[in-house]
Amino acid sequence: MTPLLKVENVSKYYGNRLGCRDVSFELYPGEVLGIVGESGSGKSTLLNCLAGHLEPDTGEVVFDTRANGPKDTVTMSEPERRMLSRTDWAFVHQNPRDGLRMSVSAGGNVGERLMAVGARHYGNIRSTAIDWLDKVEINEDRTDDRPSEFSGGMQQRLQIARNLVTGPRLIFMDEPTGGLDVSVQARLLDLLRGLVRELGLSAIVVTHDLAVVRLLADRLMVMKDGHVIETGLTDQVLDDPQHGYTQLLVSSVLQV
Amino acid sequence: MINIKNVSKNFTLHNQNSVEIPVMENANLTVKPGECVGLTGASGAGKSTLMRMVYGNYLTQAGRIMVGDLDIVTALPRQILELRRETLGYVSQFLRVVPRVPTLDVVSEPMLAVGVSRDAAHERARELLTKLRIPERLWQLSPLTFSGGEQQRVNIARGFAHEYPAMLLDEPTASLDVANRETVLSLIEDAKARGAAIIGIFHDEAARARVCDREIDVSTYTPKVV
Repeated sequence: MTPLLKVENVSKYYGNRLGCRDVSFELYPGEVLGIVGESGSGKSTLLNCLAGHLEPDTGEVVFDTRANGPKDTVTMSEPERRMLSRTDWAFVHQNPRDGLRMSVSAGGNVGERLMAVGARHYGNIRSTAIDWLDKVEINEDRTDDRPSEFSGGMQQRLQIARNLVTGPRLIFMDEPTGGLDVSVQARLLDLLRGLVRELGLSAIVVTHDLAVVRLLADRLMVMKDGHVIETGLTDQVLDDPQHGYTQLLVSSVLQV
Repeated sequence: MINIKNVSKNFTLHNQNSVEIPVMENANLTVKPGECVGLTGASGAGKSTLMRMVYGNYLTQAGRIMVGDLDIVTALPRQILELRRETLGYVSQFLRVVPRVPTLDVVSEPMLAVGVSRDAAHERARELLTKLRIPERLWQLSPLTFSGGEQQRVNIARGFAHEYPAMLLDEPTASLDVANRETVLSLIEDAKARGAAIIGIFHDEAARARVCDREIDVSTYTPKVV
């Protein structure tokens, strides 16, 4: 089986400061990879390098494209990369405001992604949008409301619908449940798990919440000071951590 | 089906002066299809540790653990994930699920993961929940709100939902009443009859005597502290 994403020796510096260094891994179709670490550990930098938002200083990010097989997204042309991020990729931001157009209706937010890949029939776009709003449990009668009138949890679910409507194969998530009530968080986790299973999506989830990765991720990568210090099966890394920092991280979690 | 050979394990605690705690030395065990082997030994001897090593939940420092054709010790994460999905089931003492997901879906999940249709999965989940005496009015509720014994039984239903060729059972009959204990033991016997290789931990001696074909005392593998 060809990996969907193959990352080799990706490094990113901000001037003299280290963002992340020598990160390599493979992600296979249907896999969910969690990246944990404290703030400043380089996990968001890495995610942005993978998703084409930042250009890594060194390294390759090879994505298995539908048309042409594995291609390095770092060296591909800007239009090609933009096409990928509109079709095969999705990016769920921590703050829904970064991923939504706040002054366009909920239905319009979902429809825009469809139009970006060529859909033109208004009726079809609207019905697909309503279908997806239903999948993320947003009532049809809110289709014409603006996301600025939505609660934080609804905005986050709308962002997920907007991202998934074009049937991406890889979804990048930056703290997808950060800043949400635990009750909303649980519903979102269940939604994401169901979508991953039913649509066979692969996902890379950056978070600092160990409970979230335990429920969502198959594999885990632990970062500290820009380096990957430990990788493995999620439950194995959490239950039998090998690196001192991971042991500290796991033993510092508060029990409810 | 399961073959454990010269397996050793130690824990290194980096934040406590890097203490090394050896917990397992030269463990050996073979389980054939249709056979159930009971692990015995005092609390802390390493019964659950050995089981978790077989499941890939704990890393193994030395030796070989074959489940089918896969060596757990050297396998890649995705190979272990596939093995867990298709071949190797594990019923732990604790239920770990996404909050607010209905019991029926919790039990159906392992079947959906191997491609069983939603209707067929729900059908089998209903059958198991009925067998294990979980009242039907609770099926649409999250098991996290249930009593300890009910959670345990939901966990068992989930563990037996897909017919794994190899199973690990960590105290499946603990804290169950007589009737439910009987149901669980018959589920284990059914699994053996269809050819599943089982490793079990039972504190209940009568249960162990009934379903286990052999017993292995894990304390013989506990390293001697000098």
